[in-house]
Amino acid sequence: MSTPAAVWAWLTTAANWSGENGVWHRLAQHAALTFACLVLSALIALPIALTLGHLGRGGALAVNLANVGRAVPTFAVLVLLLLTPIGRHEEWPTIIALVLFAVPPLLTNAYVGMREVDQDVVRAARGMGMTGVQLVWRVEAPLALPLVLTGVRIAAVQLVATATLAALVGGGGLGRIITAGFNLASTPQVVAGAVVVAVFALLMEALFELVQRLAPARVRGRQR
Amino acid sequence: MTAPPDDCLARNDWICGDYLSTRRQILLDAVGQHVQLTVVSVGLGLVIALPLALLARRRRWTVGPVLGITTVIYTIPSLAMFSLLLPVYGLSATLVVVGLALYSLTLLVRNILAGLDGVPAGTKEAARGMGYGPMRQLLAVELPLAVPAAMAGLRIATVSAVALTTVGAIVGYGGLGNLIYAGMNAYFKAQVLTASVLCVLIAVVFDLLLLGVERLLTPWRRAGRSPRPARGRRLPTASGRRA
Repeated sequence: MSTPAAVWAWLTTAANWSGENGVWHRLAQHAALTFACLVLSALIALPIALTLGHLGRGGALAVNLANVGRAVPTFAVLVLLLLTPIGRHEEWPTIIALVLFAVPPLLTNAYVGMREVDQDVVRAARGMGMTGVQLVWRVEAPLALPLVLTGVRIAAVQLVATATLAALVGGGGLGRIITAGFNLASTPQVVAGAVVVAVFALLMEALFELVQRLAPARVRGRQR
Repeated sequence: MTAPPDDCLARNDWICGDYLSTRRQILLDAVGQHVQLTVVSVGLGLVIALPLALLARRRRWTVGPVLGITTVIYTIPSLAMFSLLLPVYGLSATLVVVGLALYSLTLLVRNILAGLDGVPAGTKEAARGMGYGPMRQLLAVELPLAVPAAMAGLRIATVSAVALTTVGAIVGYGGLGNLIYAGMNAYFKAQVLTASVLCVLIAVVFDLLLLGVERLLTPWRRAGRSPRPARGRRLPTASGRRA
């Protein structure tokens, strides 16, 4: 049987979709992990970014965080965490690594969004007697929203991709189908797993694209 | 019966000098493979990206499809990318190289295109006025002026590729990633930490090297005003990273 046919056969076998190691279970794990980490990263990154953006400090931090983040291999961080005492708690290495990698885009985009707010508008709001907190919530944050949401989108897509690597260190998620395929020396399963992972990542990207298209123009901001 | 040796290898310390001295050759080989995989893949990406960017500039209608397709490729997780290429290339270094080259396309095409679009119209008119033909104008005026933007993309692509190469361990060609993978299975702390640190070091060295190349290629940017490197000039807004 040729590879594409074998892959199709794997994908259309009901047994591969059900049970502990089935696609549905792995997909649910993957989605839950991604979502939990996205919420956690946003809770960490956004308050810091909004504060620093409002004060106009920390630009170097935002840029350097993004640059350092690129140079550190996710896989290495996962394994390092796994070998520390944290590794004894099954999910924690994955969650920490994922959050570490979702924070920089969230932080950078929200910070830049806050800084790009028209300073005349900020001055006008101040002139109207707004306090710092009012300024953040009523003026700066709403105007920064498009870029903040871009950060959320990048972080979400990145999380879907990174959650795949959890499988390399024995974590759950869709990547497990691929690693299991390698262990079984079953190329059809490896490729079928890769197809499922790729489709999920692309669907995530498409979902955000759609939401951004449908959102009101004010939220959408200028298209990048 | 001799007592078990009490050194950092036996204690499984994170930092271990004995590891560095006894496994020197293994580490050097892994670094060599890592650097080779990175350079070849980013080089391949550049060779494909440059004509694509030039095509997109010449025929404007191709901009959408070219950027669209490369962005879609960029979305695919690395583990899936390497696995998808498995039937085509088997368990080989080529598989890792092709995967990484595909990732670098997005960053390179976008940045080269942005650099070419950023050449001032007045400069191009001046070149035409001096009798430059389209080819000479491209080679002598537009491409050099596009270098800063293109180099920004190349630096990001290279640093990302260094980090991503580790995932190639899944097919046995991950350079230092192989050591990290093996170290994980053997619970060998010194090996995992050393290989991870070396990965970051390689990325930093490449970044500095490319920064140096950029300065050599753009001598006019240092003339006159006080020198100011490109770093920090543009905030990384819409660019995520790969994993």
